[in-house]
Amino acid sequence: MVIDTHKCVGCKDCVVACKTENSVPEGYCRDWVTEEARGGFPTINLELRSERCNHCDNPPCVHCCPTGASHVHEPGGVVLVTHEKCIGCKACLGACPYDARFINPEGYADKCTFCIHRVEKGLDPACVSVCPTHCMTFGDIDDPLSRVNQLLASRRYHTLLPEAGTKPKIYYLT
Amino acid sequence: MTELFTLKHNPLVDPAMHIWSWQIPVYLFLGGLVAGLMILSGYHIIRDRYDTDRPHGHYVTAPVLSVVLLSLGMLALFFDLEHKIDVWRLYMTFEVTSPMSWGSWILLLVYPVLIASALLNFREAQPRLAARYPAVAGVAAVMRSRSGVVNLIGFANIALGAGLGIYTGILLSSLAARPLWSSALLGPLFLFSGLSTGAATLHMLTHIEKAEDNSYGDFLVASMVGWIRPKHGEHEGAVKLAQADNGFLTIELSILMLFLINLSGSSAAGHDAAALLLTGPYAAVFWVFVVGSGLVIPLILQGLQAANRIRPTMIPALLVLVGGLVLRFVLVYAGQASHWPRIAGF
Repeated sequence: MVIDTHKCVGCKDCVVACKTENSVPEGYCRDWVTEEARGGFPTINLELRSERCNHCDNPPCVHCCPTGASHVHEPGGVVLVTHEKCIGCKACLGACPYDARFINPEGYADKCTFCIHRVEKGLDPACVSVCPTHCMTFGDIDDPLSRVNQLLASRRYHTLLPEAGTKPKIYYLT
Repeated sequence: MTELFTLKHNPLVDPAMHIWSWQIPVYLFLGGLVAGLMILSGYHIIRDRYDTDRPHGHYVTAPVLSVVLLSLGMLALFFDLEHKIDVWRLYMTFEVTSPMSWGSWILLLVYPVLIASALLNFREAQPRLAARYPAVAGVAAVMRSRSGVVNLIGFANIALGAGLGIYTGILLSSLAARPLWSSALLGPLFLFSGLSTGAATLHMLTHIEKAEDNSYGDFLVASMVGWIRPKHGEHEGAVKLAQADNGFLTIELSILMLFLINLSGSSAAGHDAAALLLTGPYAAVFWVFVVGSGLVIPLILQGLQAANRIRPTMIPALLVLVGGLVLRFVLVYAGQASHWPRIAGF
């Protein structure tokens, strides 16, 4: 997923869409908006980021799971949790440097699924589809001709906590 | 100036992670203690495999106590699970990259080895019980008569004890998102902490068995202030345990220092994590209960006891046990509070 921080206005439509689409319990969220301000008046920089699970290429949450509930879904490399297999040990919550997971009130580890149920039908994730500024682009990073790869080739971008070594797959255009 | 603002508010995770409460440190402490007891028992079992004349009290008491303590620890672990009904799924798979999966299988192997260890000296250590249950005593006699079986049980104790002790540390260090835990030194640190608490427990058992003729209350008060004068042979055993414990405490202190030096010099996140213990909100508890009364004071007291300068008491053993428990609490709580920088620095 590629997110253009120059287009994001921080409206949180993505948060509401995710909660509605995935019936996220009240008081919890699978995605959220972070505002990072740097500098001082009048030379202040502001970045608005819609954040969620980074579906890492090297996912520590999957490596530490003792029951195999956390797994990488192929094809696509989306990191998912099989709710029925999760015992709620919370190791994956501790392993995620992005604090992207939480414990669902029903007792299992919960997080963004990239709306895999929509993607498998050829639709975009709910957050992407509702964004009023079209700042989010979802696609196949392994396809060199995909829109996400074209954006990454034409713009500067950063990922979150690359130093954690998790190889996150959400890219923020700057 | 850099400022972050977010409306993210997931329980247990925001604003600071607190997924694990008292259950995990208690389990890590009891697991480490049992690991220490198993290694020490294994050593004694192999050393004394041909010798049936030595006092065998600990050989039965330690494995039985281990079963009780480990079960209590696993109960604490069970309390921590958010989806308790599915706990059996731990045993439907083996996840090679997950220390928790390794641990759950190690725990399953530990129980039969502990029961076999208790049986090994059942006849000699518990003659009255052996007379009441001749079938059990018969099995014990057959096991005792074969030095190969005795050796196997001894080695199994040492191997599984080491696995259990190291895994409790690696369990945390595999969660690399928390800078305080991202060090493999936690494995040997918890192993030697387990050995020192195991030796301290054996030390206390010598006092308790010694005081069997006295009433429990008298014994507790008396042993705390050193009124019980051990008989010659028992004193020798207590001194050996104190010396062994001092060895473990010295190694544990060295690993703890290396762990903090390594962390302080690693990265900004590691430096901040070390500061949580050295000067931050956990510093008072860390310096007083872990380093002071948990390591340095018992080292001095047991050194003086070994040199016959002061009477042997249970006090250093008690301090070591409290220090071992507080070490787990401090590391689990401070570890959750440590985090990578949240600033992206776009």
